[in-house]
Amino acid sequence: MSMPLLSILIFFPILGGLSLLCVPRQQIATIRTMALLISLIELLLTLPLVLLFDKSTHVMQFTEHHAWIPVLRINYSLGIDGISILFLLLTALIVVLSVLVSWKAITDKIQEFFTAMLLLEGAMIGVFCATDFILFYVFWEAMLIPMFLIIGIWGGPNRIYATIKFFLYTLLGSLLMLVGIILLYQFGGRTFDILKLAGQAYSLKLQLVLFWAFFAAFAVKVPMWPVHTWLPDAHTEAPAAGSVILAAVLIKMGAYGFLRFSLPILPDATQLMTTPMLVLSVIAIVYGAIICLAQTDLKRLIAYSSVSHMGFVTLGLFALNQRGLEGSILQMINHGLVTGALFLAVGMIYERTHTREIAAYGGLASTMPVFAGFFLLFTLAAVGLPGTNGFIGEFLILLGGFESQPWSAVIAASGLILGAWYMLWLFQRIFFNEVKTGMQGLAPLDLREILTLAPMVILILWIGLYPNGLLSFLHVSVAHLLDQVHGVGLAGVALPPALAQLP
Amino acid sequence: MPASLLAIPLLPLASFVITLLVGRRWGTRAHWLPIVAVLFSFGCALAAFFRVRSGVIINQDVYTWILSGNLVVSFGFLVDQLTAVMLIVVTSVSALVHIYSVGYMKGEEGYYRFFAYLSLFTFSMLMLVLGNNFLQLFFGWEAVGLSSYLLIGFYFNKQSAADAGKKAFIVNRFGDFGFLIGLLLVFTLFGSLHYQEVFSRVSELEMQKITLFGSQINAATLIALLLFCGAIGKSAQIPLHVWLPDAMEGPTPVSALIHAATMVTAGVFLVARCNPIFSLSPVVLNLITVLGAVTALFAATIALVQTDIKRVVAYSTVSQLAYMFIGCGVGAYSAGIFHLFTHAYFKALLFLGCGSVILGMHHEQDLRAMGGLKRQMPVTYVTFLLASLSIAGVPGLAGFFSKDEILLMAFNTDLAAGKFAWAIGTLVAFMTAFYSFRLLFLVFHGDFRGSEEQRHHLHESPPVVTWPLMLLAIGAVTAGWFGVPALLGGDNHWAHFLEPVLGHPHVQVSAATEALLMGGSILAGVCGIGLAYFLYRMRPHLPGLLAERLASVHRLLLNKYYIDELYDILLVRPALAASRKVVLGIVDLVCIEGVVNGLPRIIALVAERLRRLQDGQVSHYLAWMGGGALALAAVLLIGL
Repeated sequence: MSMPLLSILIFFPILGGLSLLCVPRQQIATIRTMALLISLIELLLTLPLVLLFDKSTHVMQFTEHHAWIPVLRINYSLGIDGISILFLLLTALIVVLSVLVSWKAITDKIQEFFTAMLLLEGAMIGVFCATDFILFYVFWEAMLIPMFLIIGIWGGPNRIYATIKFFLYTLLGSLLMLVGIILLYQFGGRTFDILKLAGQAYSLKLQLVLFWAFFAAFAVKVPMWPVHTWLPDAHTEAPAAGSVILAAVLIKMGAYGFLRFSLPILPDATQLMTTPMLVLSVIAIVYGAIICLAQTDLKRLIAYSSVSHMGFVTLGLFALNQRGLEGSILQMINHGLVTGALFLAVGMIYERTHTREIAAYGGLASTMPVFAGFFLLFTLAAVGLPGTNGFIGEFLILLGGFESQPWSAVIAASGLILGAWYMLWLFQRIFFNEVKTGMQGLAPLDLREILTLAPMVILILWIGLYPNGLLSFLHVSVAHLLDQVHGVGLAGVALPPALAQLP
Repeated sequence: MPASLLAIPLLPLASFVITLLVGRRWGTRAHWLPIVAVLFSFGCALAAFFRVRSGVIINQDVYTWILSGNLVVSFGFLVDQLTAVMLIVVTSVSALVHIYSVGYMKGEEGYYRFFAYLSLFTFSMLMLVLGNNFLQLFFGWEAVGLSSYLLIGFYFNKQSAADAGKKAFIVNRFGDFGFLIGLLLVFTLFGSLHYQEVFSRVSELEMQKITLFGSQINAATLIALLLFCGAIGKSAQIPLHVWLPDAMEGPTPVSALIHAATMVTAGVFLVARCNPIFSLSPVVLNLITVLGAVTALFAATIALVQTDIKRVVAYSTVSQLAYMFIGCGVGAYSAGIFHLFTHAYFKALLFLGCGSVILGMHHEQDLRAMGGLKRQMPVTYVTFLLASLSIAGVPGLAGFFSKDEILLMAFNTDLAAGKFAWAIGTLVAFMTAFYSFRLLFLVFHGDFRGSEEQRHHLHESPPVVTWPLMLLAIGAVTAGWFGVPALLGGDNHWAHFLEPVLGHPHVQVSAATEALLMGGSILAGVCGIGLAYFLYRMRPHLPGLLAERLASVHRLLLNKYYIDELYDILLVRPALAASRKVVLGIVDLVCIEGVVNGLPRIIALVAERLRRLQDGQVSHYLAWMGGGALALAAVLLIGL
């Protein structure tokens, strides 16, 4: 039997995080270094996945399968395909950078902070690997706890309100998903195996009920309009690393959920609901962008821009064609990198100025030129300039949307104008114009900070100029997913006799 | 693919990356790498040009950029006659501007940054013209936009400069919005974004109808219209012209290179490149022609009264770009490109001449503070004079041939808008000559009107500045000689060279008519110069008097027809107000948050009431129990 690579990936950071608690509290340097090492090793551990991954098949790879609660037919089963592997890489990278950006920013309960972050990493990886619905649900809810603590303990002044809002919002959605899961179990041949559940035919009525139950969980996480209002609060109050993980990975879970469950398991309902979903996506794009114009708080602005960008993601998703889906998945990675990078950068200046008020800034390009260069590149990626990763994702999504329902792409494309407007305006207010008082003599970026941002620069340009490095992972898996949605090759597949006889 | 071809864009790219990363350490020597890179680029461009002349057309992919389903887009090069011409224009003007900047930007903060951005621009523009597919065009398109943004806002601590850069980028995005949707449509209809594939199957469009808002539209018309949106933005035509005059906030070499000679002509290039599509749609061709004519007139009238030396030339650029569009609009794409070519040289020369004046005047840009500079700045004066003669359409100089060709073709065409464009074009030729010589006289003739200190410091610019002027002057004089019409004993070599790509409309008018038209446009130019001489040399008090008499017109022109103010009132403010008050204030914070925060509040309220039931009084509990039991019994009894 081969190495249980995925289990290692899930439990290494969890055990590592717990081991941090054994280090004496006053040895701060050791704690930080250990946290960094653990996250780095975790990143290295994803390397064999990339090297051994077979891009030519949609079948789950690196699978593990153990009975967990046999009475209820719940299994501990893991596996990844071309879609989930990208998210694993993203997660592992983002956690390393989050550790780096928290190096000095976190001064209180350092040990607990890094433990929470590593536990969170384990849970996030678990979500992307789980192929059993209950296991998935366990990881899904497990993510909530460390994040709840990270915002609630290490957050800003209004952190309690923000974290409770975040918790309740997501929990409410998740509970409906749990009901959905149980329903599926009842009607899907008494199994929690995601792959088996996907291969079956359900009545349209049931599909619709399940679609909306899942929608409740996933739409909140994405977040789609109008259930987005937890995001600005959570982002604003969270510490930099919290915002980064939230933006880069956590909110991808919603879209990933749609991909993994709604589309393949509920194809008819998905197709029926395409138009409403596209409408919500387009609203999110324009609405999020317009609201950005009114923001006076740096982090709030980027949070609302996430709503707009995630609108692109769901637009591509529900375009239900190859380009739309590939663009959507790529855009999730892109958004993770770019918005993650923006929050990293914001964390860095916040450490120096201790204000999130945009109006307090001005002229930083004179005082921190290198930082301005980094931020400019992130800004350009956010507005989808060709040559950066943002363009590839948005272009594919618009193409997919256009092929599916032209109006959706036309309205969505207006987001490009608004996006340029609010992002360049933000950039101008922070970096250009006269140097404001209090903005002189800011410390230039140190080596640690440059090393934190540099990987983002490389990835943004690499994906922008050679997206096939990532897209090639997706082709087969996405094509298979589309076959499932459109019923090609699966039509008429009846329940296996053994399963059909079950009560 | 020849390595020398790859080198054309890659040398400036390498120069950009290296200069940006380590140029700061080179201090005042930071210009060397960019200059060497662009010179080599120019050499390779010449080689490419001669290869094309010898009949070798290259269309080759470098690598696959995006692959998704049946979408395959490459980075690849198409080097045909059109590209070859553009390569020469871009690299030659860019090289001269690089050298000029050594003198102009001397001692400026961020010297290395300036040269790095120039390299970035050169790379981007070359990628734009070299691409063999729409998406690479778009890549270059946006990248030149970025360079323009960075260079307009070069003095970023100045709010007006930062504003102007942002404005340029955002206004262009309006055009790009249409452009991008055009690309989506092209791909949806052809399944490809590569020129060769699309243009070879372009006839399929004739049958295609697209339903839009309930009416049937020809697919070619829709695509052409959408692509043209991009051209309007980049080439600063009405209604998206507002960014170009503001772009003068950038250093003057940038105005010459980006905002006159090269980048702003990208829209013309786009139309010429896509001529197989545009030619299918007379509707759009008419629209381009009319818009060109209107913009030409509109910008020329503004240029008549501006007092900032760079603004005059900026509006002149808008007006001349419009000429190029008239050429394309009437189907004479090669004439449009011809004017693009000659304009690049005489307009770059005009701008760089302005820069030289600004240097000599110690960063004074107000015409009213100048005068009589020809004595102190002889080289600048003579070259500026040549450029002015060229733009005024004086026979024998570059501008004459290209402008004449456009006016001839406008008259010649069967298109409904042709004669209209010809008439306006001739009128604008008159105005062009007038405002160009008004500028010349105000700057170089008469008495000096600046301060004593300025007079004291007046000096000719250093050789590193004047040499590029002289070289450009050669272009401003001779660039037109490539396209001498048959009427004047030439063979219109230019049009024949570009014919394989751009085609050439049949000339129907007789030689006599052609001669008459030529005479007309010469007359217009001469009258313009004469009037300027009369008003600004013989009767210098008259312009002021005229401005007083026609105060309202003067004010309207001086304020650029209040278009900026109009956009501010109609677009910017409503958008910001809606954002703040309606979307954020009402929908987000009141409606959605009202529900989100209201729900827990209602639950808390109900819970509060229910909690009161548990008040610890045994008698109350007993009463509730009794009541409950009774109710249950009642239900059971009724149920039974």
